[in-house]
Amino acid sequence: MILALLAVVQIGSKAFTESVIVAEMAAQLARSAGIETVHRRELGGSRILWDALLRGEIDAYPEYTGTIAQELLPGQGDLRGRVAGKGVVMSRSLGFSDSYAVGMQRRAAERLGIRTLEDLARHPGLRLGFSNEFMDRKDGWPALRAAYRLPQKDVRGLEHDLALRALAGGAIDATDLYTTDAEIAAYDLVVLEDVRRFFPDYQAVLLWRKDLPADAAAALRRLEGRISAREMIEMNARVKLRRDPDSAVAADFLAGALGVRGAGRIEGRARRIAARTVEHLELVAISLAAALIFAVPLGIAAARRPRAGQLLLGAVGLVQTIPSLAVLVFMIPLLGIGARPAIAALFLYSLLPIVRNTAAGLSGIPPEIRDSAEALGLPRLARLRLIELPLASPGILAGVQTAAVIDVGTATLGALIGAGGYGQPILTGIRLADVGLILEGAVPAAVLALLAQALFELLGRAVVPRGLRL
Amino acid sequence: MLELQRVAHRFGRLGPLDLGVSEGETLAVLGPSGAGKTTLLRLLLGLLAPDQGTVRFRGEDVRTLDPAELRRRIGYVVQGGGLFPHLTAEGNVTLVARFLQWPEERIARRLDELLHLARLPEAALQQYPAQLSGGQAQRVGLLRALMLDPEVLLLDEPLGALDPVTRFDLQADLRTAFEQLRKTVVLVTHDLGEAAFFAHRIALLHEGRIAQEGTFEELARAPADPYVARFIHAQRAPLERLR
Repeated sequence: MILALLAVVQIGSKAFTESVIVAEMAAQLARSAGIETVHRRELGGSRILWDALLRGEIDAYPEYTGTIAQELLPGQGDLRGRVAGKGVVMSRSLGFSDSYAVGMQRRAAERLGIRTLEDLARHPGLRLGFSNEFMDRKDGWPALRAAYRLPQKDVRGLEHDLALRALAGGAIDATDLYTTDAEIAAYDLVVLEDVRRFFPDYQAVLLWRKDLPADAAAALRRLEGRISAREMIEMNARVKLRRDPDSAVAADFLAGALGVRGAGRIEGRARRIAARTVEHLELVAISLAAALIFAVPLGIAAARRPRAGQLLLGAVGLVQTIPSLAVLVFMIPLLGIGARPAIAALFLYSLLPIVRNTAAGLSGIPPEIRDSAEALGLPRLARLRLIELPLASPGILAGVQTAAVIDVGTATLGALIGAGGYGQPILTGIRLADVGLILEGAVPAAVLALLAQALFELLGRAVVPRGLRL
Repeated sequence: MLELQRVAHRFGRLGPLDLGVSEGETLAVLGPSGAGKTTLLRLLLGLLAPDQGTVRFRGEDVRTLDPAELRRRIGYVVQGGGLFPHLTAEGNVTLVARFLQWPEERIARRLDELLHLARLPEAALQQYPAQLSGGQAQRVGLLRALMLDPEVLLLDEPLGALDPVTRFDLQADLRTAFEQLRKTVVLVTHDLGEAAFFAHRIALLHEGRIAQEGTFEELARAPADPYVARFIHAQRAPLERLR
């Protein structure tokens, strides 16, 4: 009984609107059945969600049959059985299909006489922009290009929502679409006909782990067959184009279609910012504290042995040259998704400024001071504690300050791997083209960076000995 | 008390040389810059190890002694005082005593004795090194070296960077202190007058070797070689020209 109360069902969603809405519905349904449920939003692409499900970091998430068959579990035989082999249950179709398609602006398509995917082959100069996931997937651009012998060279990967805006703005000529995208109608796009039936069927389903409690599974099954394509397009439009909160849109649908009420959690802006602040501070504080514990001894070692120190500084410097996004992604196979990999990445990023400043602070102590300390007959550790570290303290503190400011900024990327924080509203804001939401993450992040700066200035007064500030 | 036997240090460009200091004696090591004076002090403290030869403290090879222990029995004063800028004058002086967990009243008593000896105003103890005058900083450096009541005092150009008036005052106070303390003192200087003023015996260093060893009178009367004669003449001549 107590265990059941402690167990929180975690429902994940991919980083696009439809997935967020469906996952939100699932979470609200489970909650209305009295099950403590958390919706972990916008965790990334299919592979990240699938791996997180297999590892038990999430318990359920919305998926599409085509994605499972082509990308996650390629092979022959019954899809449901293949999924079950991995310890995962697949629901029946939720009622709509959301296939991949390729779309163009109507005016451009008509001017060039393009109606089907085959027609694209006659226009090698077209600029194509595909969502990053589509660029890489086995059932994405590489296979599409082979199937239709497409000659285009100017092909790049973008975030899906940015790609739609680029298409509307004329920066690219064609992009991949989901057939339930609200923008098809809103931007007056043409969906090119898939005459060779290249794209498989993408029925929306929910996936959950076999160990999900039966009452939770029963709650999720209530969505089976209940959402039509028209309803999904409408909900996508409400969230993306009218900026209605996804939790409200999901709640409205559940109330109308299933008679479920009051399970939506609509947070006010203040509470939302407060929650993101707690997450963000946690990322920064833990990673910074860990970096401090490791980096100061490393800095001391580097100052003691200058040659080995050069190697050490080179090594931590090398970490700094890897783009932070890549470091975050490298952490996923090692530590999964969520706060832990983000903290590990931030930790690695914080090492360099602290190690370098500690080593520089210690090496900068004048030789006559060093000699005096040794000549007084203080043992090595006592010299370090009583003389060398206090003298190096302004430098060390400056290093920690730099690390903290970098950390606050870099931690916004943590939202990409499910760590939450101020990156979450920025991410959602990009997805919804909602500048207000972007600012809701960006402004507090900037304020926090300034606060960190000020905090360490104050700390300097407390930590740096008075004699060094004269 | 202190003894160097065939001691040489290659990078310090010193030796090989023999030199002894007996208990209670004040020896001045005299010579131009680069003659190896500071290297010699560092060898005595065990801050440097000789490439060859043996350094003995009370007959024992210093390599066999615990270095921290040895250094607490030897006080060392560097030019300018070598004070730790993050500690007050008092913090500098009492640092090691506190590290060794002396009781507070013992620290207070010792401070009191020393203040008197070094003629340092009590208010100066609460100042940071950056707030002290050059002469005061040097006096604090002396107090720090004397705090643990060492058997030997080593001074490296203790008056080097001071203005003439401060220098004159401190010279007199230092000599009084040496006489009262009856400690074994090794003082390094490039100034002949200073060496003659403080020391019973002078060792004149030239290019890492001892050119001559003896009292001031012996060096002045019978220089061992032309260099000694020139060194002494160069420092005495300006004064004699005035007569």
